[in-house]
Amino acid sequence: MKLDHSQPLEYSTGQNNLNIFGFWIFLGAEIMLFATLFTSYFTLEHRTGSGPTGAEIFEITPVLIETILLLTSSFVIGLGIHAMRLGKQKAMISFFAITLLLGLAFLGVEIYEFVHYVHIGAGLQTSAFTAILLTTLGTHGLHVTFGLFWGLAIILQVKKCGLTPETANKSFIFSLYWHFLDVVWIFIFSFIYLKGMM
Amino acid sequence: MKMKWAVLTVILSIVAVLTGCEPLTIFDPKGPQAERQANDILLSIGIMSVVVIVVFAILIYVLVKFRASKQSDDYEPPHMEGNPWVEAICVGIPVIIVAYLSFVSVQSNYIVESAPKGYEEQEPLVVYASSSNWKWHFSYPEENIETVNYLYIPTDRALEFKLYSYGPITSFWIPQLGGQKYAMADMITTLHLAADESGEFMGRNANFSGKGFAENTFNVTAMSQKDFDEWVDEVKETADPLTEETFNKLLKPGHLGQMTFTGTHLEFAPPPEHDHGSSHTEPTEETDTHDGHEH
Amino acid sequence: MEFFERFAVPHPSPAIYASMVVIGLSVIAIIAGLTYFKKWGYLWREWLTTVDHKRIGLMYLISALLMLFRGGVDAIMMRAQLSAPDNKLLDAQHYNEIFTTHGVVMIIFMAMPFIFAFMNYVVPLQIGARDVAFPRLNAISFWLFFMGAMLFNISFVLGGSPDAGWTSYFPLAGTEFSESVGTNYYMIAIQISGLGSLMTGINMITTIIKMRAPGMTLMKMPMFTWSTLVANLIIVTVFPVLTVALTMGTMDRLFATNFFTSTNGGMDMLWANLFWVWGHPEVYILILPAFGIYSEIISTFSSKNLYGYKSMVASMVIISVLSCLVWAHHFFTMGQGAAANSFFSITTMAIAVPTGVKIFNWLFTMWKGKIRFTVPMLYSVGFIPLFTIGGVTGVMLAMSAADYQYHNTMFLVAHFHNTIIPGVVFAMLAGLTYYWPKMFGFMLNERIGKWTFWLLSIGFVLAFFPMYITGLDGQARRMYTYSEATGFGALNMLSFVGAGIMAIAFALIVYNVYYSIRYSPRNIGSDPWDARTLEWATNTPVPEYNFAVTPQVNSIQPFWDSKKKGHVLFPAKLDKIHMPNNSGMPFILCSIFFVWGFSFVFAIWPLVILSTIGIFACLALRSFEKDHGRYISVEEIIETEEKTGGAKL
Ligand code: HEM
Ligand SMILES: [Cu+2]
Repeated sequence: MKLDHSQPLEYSTGQNNLNIFGFWIFLGAEIMLFATLFTSYFTLEHRTGSGPTGAEIFEITPVLIETILLLTSSFVIGLGIHAMRLGKQKAMISFFAITLLLGLAFLGVEIYEFVHYVHIGAGLQTSAFTAILLTTLGTHGLHVTFGLFWGLAIILQVKKCGLTPETANKSFIFSLYWHFLDVVWIFIFSFIYLKGMM
Repeated sequence: MKMKWAVLTVILSIVAVLTGCEPLTIFDPKGPQAERQANDILLSIGIMSVVVIVVFAILIYVLVKFRASKQSDDYEPPHMEGNPWVEAICVGIPVIIVAYLSFVSVQSNYIVESAPKGYEEQEPLVVYASSSNWKWHFSYPEENIETVNYLYIPTDRALEFKLYSYGPITSFWIPQLGGQKYAMADMITTLHLAADESGEFMGRNANFSGKGFAENTFNVTAMSQKDFDEWVDEVKETADPLTEETFNKLLKPGHLGQMTFTGTHLEFAPPPEHDHGSSHTEPTEETDTHDGHEH
Repeated sequence: MEFFERFAVPHPSPAIYASMVVIGLSVIAIIAGLTYFKKWGYLWREWLTTVDHKRIGLMYLISALLMLFRGGVDAIMMRAQLSAPDNKLLDAQHYNEIFTTHGVVMIIFMAMPFIFAFMNYVVPLQIGARDVAFPRLNAISFWLFFMGAMLFNISFVLGGSPDAGWTSYFPLAGTEFSESVGTNYYMIAIQISGLGSLMTGINMITTIIKMRAPGMTLMKMPMFTWSTLVANLIIVTVFPVLTVALTMGTMDRLFATNFFTSTNGGMDMLWANLFWVWGHPEVYILILPAFGIYSEIISTFSSKNLYGYKSMVASMVIISVLSCLVWAHHFFTMGQGAAANSFFSITTMAIAVPTGVKIFNWLFTMWKGKIRFTVPMLYSVGFIPLFTIGGVTGVMLAMSAADYQYHNTMFLVAHFHNTIIPGVVFAMLAGLTYYWPKMFGFMLNERIGKWTFWLLSIGFVLAFFPMYITGLDGQARRMYTYSEATGFGALNMLSFVGAGIMAIAFALIVYNVYYSIRYSPRNIGSDPWDARTLEWATNTPVPEYNFAVTPQVNSIQPFWDSKKKGHVLFPAKLDKIHMPNNSGMPFILCSIFFVWGFSFVFAIWPLVILSTIGIFACLALRSFEKDHGRYISVEEIIETEEKTGGAKL
């Protein structure tokens, strides 16, 4: 494998370049996926049948906590990639670990939120609105859950093999994924929660 | 202009001969909407035939003239990049055709979506046509009668059909009076028709709705206003009243013959007009009958 | 429904029992045959675990042909049922299942893999690459498609086929009106193979953007590669929409949500919108690569470069953008108002302009050319007039007010078959004949091929042109029968005859393969058609590394220039070549996907959970696996090159 030392480690081989490029395209598809969910959400937002509306069930506190957790985690993984570029493996692993812990906390709050919704009569089957709400949030939540496992696998690999072109490449791609989830959350926060509470 | 009509007549007669001389249903309109649509169709067939003929002509010429068996062995075809002029023509002419057809299309859209031509001033006869698996229910709120699987209408009168469905999406279609429109469970759609002549027409559900779809048809009889009024009076004297219980039985999946009732189901089973599946839409939206429904 | 009842076919008939027996026997025969000839190892090593784009392409090809016959049998049964008024061959339920599976099989499991076959086989060769960007992902794509197709096909004998049309409109497709598991199959099988398509999209875009041979700028790419790029961009854009729609549909059916129901705020037309936001671009995903294949063939057999290359590329890009802006023309009659209809009417008609440009460019490519009427060329020149008719009827349908009359009739059925058969199917058969010698080292017989072409074309015209007329006479589509009084009988009989002729043509294709395997000469060299692009510059059979030396590109037709103008294609020296290793993971992963899909269809939740864990376990194993591929040494390369027909160095 030819190494190109003028590039950062994660870009240093041909295959690494392909991987990153391909992942960007995958993120393009993900954007379409969430765009479709959002469009459906806006279409069904007011079709609440006999169930509650968004304004009736949304609560600002857990949502704010979730937002802060996820935004921070996105910042921390940025630090992790920075550490990786500097070759500081230990620091990088710590930052990644903090990222995942924050993600886990986010997930915890989100699960609490879901349980709460079901409790107050806004379950999956209640109305078109609740269905699309929980599906949109759930799709994001599942992405986060998947990310937790993925991130864990990457930490283990970096620990085992050190910072190689391969592990650097994987870590970098994972960070793209994580940032993307953060961006999606910002949209969820603004256009589902804030808009719904207004 | 003359040329165009000549071409159309030729095509029409070929089509007519092919199908045993009776005009095809779509080309045998009995009302202004269907007539407009038939004219659009003929116009587009005419223009499109010209396009097809041009392409065929060029193709045949090329294939005959440039086939290898006619050329010497050492003929080397030239290298040809695009030529801006040729390509401009290939874009320009289609653009003109499409622009013209778009113009006609937009015009027709507004025509078929409003009261039929010549009937704008009239108070329309409103008929609620609802489908259930696999029947049609026609409610005449003004006359206060209801029929199943057959429709009587007065000629020379604007008709306004309010369509909805107890079940899958269906499509209300009387080809000789005009094109179809969907009937759905959660909203009302409006179809504007009128009949210029009396007669019997075929009506059907055109949108696949399950096992009994093929037989999901109804008969349409157009008659003078006088005959229509007489029919209404007769129904009022002879038919049984429609109770909620009977109506619920009618809704059960299956096929039924023709039936007649006094009273309509609209009283005890209101159409989805006021219930959009949502308790939170603005009142203005609720009253409008969905010419433009939310997306 | 009771658990075990779900597995019963709701409407069994002799035909279904017969096919159960046939399926059972063929499975036994295949297993016995493989064991007897000791081919299990070969199958596993060379095919099930392969990551080679050429072999994956061939597997797509074989699957597509099989599905073509499955869909074809459906078609012939439908035409037979409709050939006479009040016919009793099929009852309504069977007819509904058959047209539904026909549509799904033909679009998702025949046309899609067929174009993927050519994309996989040809594109890396055309751009001078060793493989696609992600060979293993490519194998996963194939196996996902394959498992989706298998899952869909067992619906015929287990639990019942979907019966709500290939468009599967809700609420008809909801549990209220479609009780059997049929529509679950629809939702999940398409979901699984759709995932595969999405991955192919990512793979192909990356390959084409990043792996072209030196010198091949974007505007020097062969037309088929261009069309593949554009089609895959559409795939990546619209398949996620389908993913979401299918997910929502599945949830409505299995978790009793209310996305598309008629109660609790559900909105049936949301499904129709989402479906067609994917569905219309989907037909362009199919037709654009077909256009690409025609471009290659017409140029080759006119012995001339492609006319108007730039406008060809531009028109494809414009078509791809417009194709995402026209979806509502599939339900002009929904009552969305004159303004909305006008918008979609105009955008739809606008597509005819770039399409017309392409037609004229093909005509001018032949102008002053030296036209050889080989079988691939016959399909291409047959395509031009027939597709033109399909296109102009599309423009007619696009006049929204008039569409109130065409919609849901046989006129529409005639239109889309008129675009898809001469457009896509002819292209696939043309491509098959054209690339056959590259794939297998011998030609398909020309004489049988020409017979096939003529029968297919005549059969097509007889089968579908009458539908334009019956449509205008008021024959709705998807009706399992009609009465004598309608007068549709004669023309429908004609259609049946046409369909029969087409069936003979398809049988001839099989015969041609058999005949050519036995009798075709083998020493045909690597460039039997006197072609112009890179895929013909390598040896036949193509070595696994494609090109011993990466080619140097100077123009749109580098191979032609190397033959005529002395362009040096392979300037560099031999070097060792890096290749990926085979892997069993894609096949195993996708087999678990099959189990996952099956248990989802029948709502066997423990198995769903188990297989989900299995899928993630596979992914995790893959993540920890260390596999850096292998190198082919210079000596091995020289040896292979000499074996496969002289070194091209
Ligand atoms: C000039 C280009 C074309 C135009 C203007 C056009 C227009 C239309 C319109 C307006 C409809 C909807 C008609 C209705 O439902 O009433 C339609 C349906 C359809 N078209 Fe086209 N079309 C074109 C090309 C194509 C191509 C290239 C394909 C396939 C490769 C295709 C495949 C289909 C299919 C599959 C349907 C109907 C599907 C269904 O309802 O089941 N069309 N087309
Ligand atoms: Cu379309």
